[in-house]
Amino acid sequence: MKPAVFSYHRPRSLEEALSLLTLYGFDAKVIAGGQSLAPMMNMRFAQPAHLIDLNALPQFAGVTREGDTLAIGAMTRHHEIATSATVRAACPLLADAAATIGHYAIRQRGTLGGSLAHADPAAQMPLIASTLGARIDIAGPDGSREIPATQFLTSVMTTDLAADEIVRTVRFPALRAGERHAFEAYSRRHGDFAIAACAVTAEFAGSKFSGLRIGLGGVADVPLVLEELAAGFVGEAADTRTVARIADAVAGAIDPHDQPDISAAYRRDLVKALTARALQRVTTAVPQDS
Amino acid sequence: MEKKSIYLSVNGARHEVHCEPRKLLSDALREDCRLTGTHVGCEHGVCGACTVLIDGRPARSCLTYAVQADEVQITTIEAVATAGRLSPLQQALHECHGLQCGFCTPGIVMTFEAYLREHPQPTEAEVREALSGNLCRCTGYQNIVRAILLAAGRMRAETAHV
Repeated sequence: MKPAVFSYHRPRSLEEALSLLTLYGFDAKVIAGGQSLAPMMNMRFAQPAHLIDLNALPQFAGVTREGDTLAIGAMTRHHEIATSATVRAACPLLADAAATIGHYAIRQRGTLGGSLAHADPAAQMPLIASTLGARIDIAGPDGSREIPATQFLTSVMTTDLAADEIVRTVRFPALRAGERHAFEAYSRRHGDFAIAACAVTAEFAGSKFSGLRIGLGGVADVPLVLEELAAGFVGEAADTRTVARIADAVAGAIDPHDQPDISAAYRRDLVKALTARALQRVTTAVPQDS
Repeated sequence: MEKKSIYLSVNGARHEVHCEPRKLLSDALREDCRLTGTHVGCEHGVCGACTVLIDGRPARSCLTYAVQADEVQITTIEAVATAGRLSPLQQALHECHGLQCGFCTPGIVMTFEAYLREHPQPTEAEVREALSGNLCRCTGYQNIVRAILLAAGRMRAETAHV
């Protein structure tokens, strides 16, 4: 449970961090909060020769509202995201999900950028970033580029980041007037990664859905955003019958695999239950046609 | 591997530590600073026994490398009792029988010293949620929850009195 030998670097500027990455490439690993990387290193699943610590780059942390966008620095800790009034006002779904990450002490250290770069398919931040259509601002030696979260996350623990690039900022679209949201996740032990998770946002025109987004975590290599499926229910009554139909459709749209401890059928049932629960929460108090 | 010389600020005292970059903060505290109150359980962030405060915030010392910690203030369980007097949280754990073997206790105390400052009036459900990051194999948690709620009440009364 002790990590393998590595060299330690603590850059004082973005330029220094990028030049270290250019120098060491895939022999280096960037450490942010270390709440996923350090366990992997302690168990020697990861053995980077060089560890590049971003904790001396305070300019990478912080929450800023920019009109219709919420910009969050990659080094912002989950605890700040969960408790910030600015995040709560602009992206309450993100705040709710951040509050469920790991445990209290883990959230004090773990970061948004770290969670995205780690890209665990069951983690909260990749799911919310994908569902909300967040954009990832990436710094590299030749300048910066910005790509959608769904393009950033390419597979299990795999992203579009090149060896010499760093996640700098994540931009979330702020919620629209009247938009409601819900996040549901299930794990056997409190604080574990979810077996499945569901994030929903919905808008209403009278008693009908006028907008709907559904994202699922833990059911595929990357978070699934069911855009077409959700669009198909726009215009329908936001009532319990539609909720049940959407949950059925969502459960039918995924293709989970049997695992030694979790069967595909169980995961599908769980997704159906979580989706129904999230939709029930967003449709509560929506006026019903009699 | 080359060792590095670093200074750790622990409980207000400066410790010079000469160690490899891969040395866990938990090990540096125990072996180099000779502060063995910080306990080491799982060494991958699950059990919470090694929790210390880094700049006042709870953190797993097994998920931080000592070389990362030379510019921060570290607080360990050794600093919680002052002048031989237990903190309200420690006193409540003692009174409520909130520990048996005591292995998990330093991590629980450090977590909730910080938690209760941020949440002076937690509900029982909130305490249980926060406590989920600390594993205890003896007590079944009931008395720990009771102790934390008792301590929270006493700390509120103390603050109101001042």
